[in-house]
Amino acid sequence: MTAVTSSGSAVVTLPADDQILITREFAAPKHLVYKAWTTPELVKRWWSSEYGDMTVADIDLRVGGRWRYVMVREDGFEVAFHGEYREIVPNERIVSTEIYEGAIEDPAAVDEQTVVNNITFTEADGATTLTVLVECPTKDIRDVIMNSGMESGMQKAYDYLEKVAVSLI
Amino acid sequence: MARAATTADAFNAVAEPRRRQILDALAGGERPVNDLVARLGLAQPQVSKHLRVLREVGLVEVREEGRQRMYRLNGQPLKPIHDWVKNYERSWSKRFDRLDVVLEELKTREDGNDGSNE
Repeated sequence: MTAVTSSGSAVVTLPADDQILITREFAAPKHLVYKAWTTPELVKRWWSSEYGDMTVADIDLRVGGRWRYVMVREDGFEVAFHGEYREIVPNERIVSTEIYEGAIEDPAAVDEQTVVNNITFTEADGATTLTVLVECPTKDIRDVIMNSGMESGMQKAYDYLEKVAVSLI
Repeated sequence: MARAATTADAFNAVAEPRRRQILDALAGGERPVNDLVARLGLAQPQVSKHLRVLREVGLVEVREEGRQRMYRLNGQPLKPIHDWVKNYERSWSKRFDRLDVVLEELKTREDGNDGSNE
């Protein structure tokens, strides 16, 4: 049995009103992190976390190619996301769009709900730093995404964290 | 304790960029209002207005010192914002913990198959 090496927990910051930045270090070379990020059968093992089982992980890894992830929550509710790859530098960087399918009521609103994920893989001393910069079309969408991690739905909050809050709490 | 109202108000209070500047300045220590006026390059009435909002939500406290009013920061009302981010962070951490397991397997497999092939 290999002990699993975790290089730390995810760090989330809010660099701008319409951005979310997620950073995490992994004890593995970047080509493996990239592989785990882009191989359907591997994505299925981690992406849905403990929130449900992943039933679909379609990845057409080329510029203009589409991806689609579907997860079934324990209560049977299906949660689906899809998007398109805009930029791919193997083992280095992926830029892709993402939209939560439950949010699409009106096709005209798709642009207003689509976020852009900038994912980078940087290796140093055998460890990989992963960054996911989520660029949201509006601050409201950013807040909706942030709230998706919460049990209670706080509808409004603002990005004031790094300089003051963290140092004081 | 009217926690919900205070929470909502603190969020609103820090949504204003000037008020965040004031809080940033006060993060460095207690300051008189003139000092804030000079730092922000705003007219005193504007600064006072922002300070009033910040005081109302408890982010800023004031005391008299001689003829000066000294303002200082109270970070407590920011905790819900901090918690809000932490919650989102936790959901990613759980996801990445699973990714760690996948990566360990990939590493082991790679070492076993072509470890000498570097």
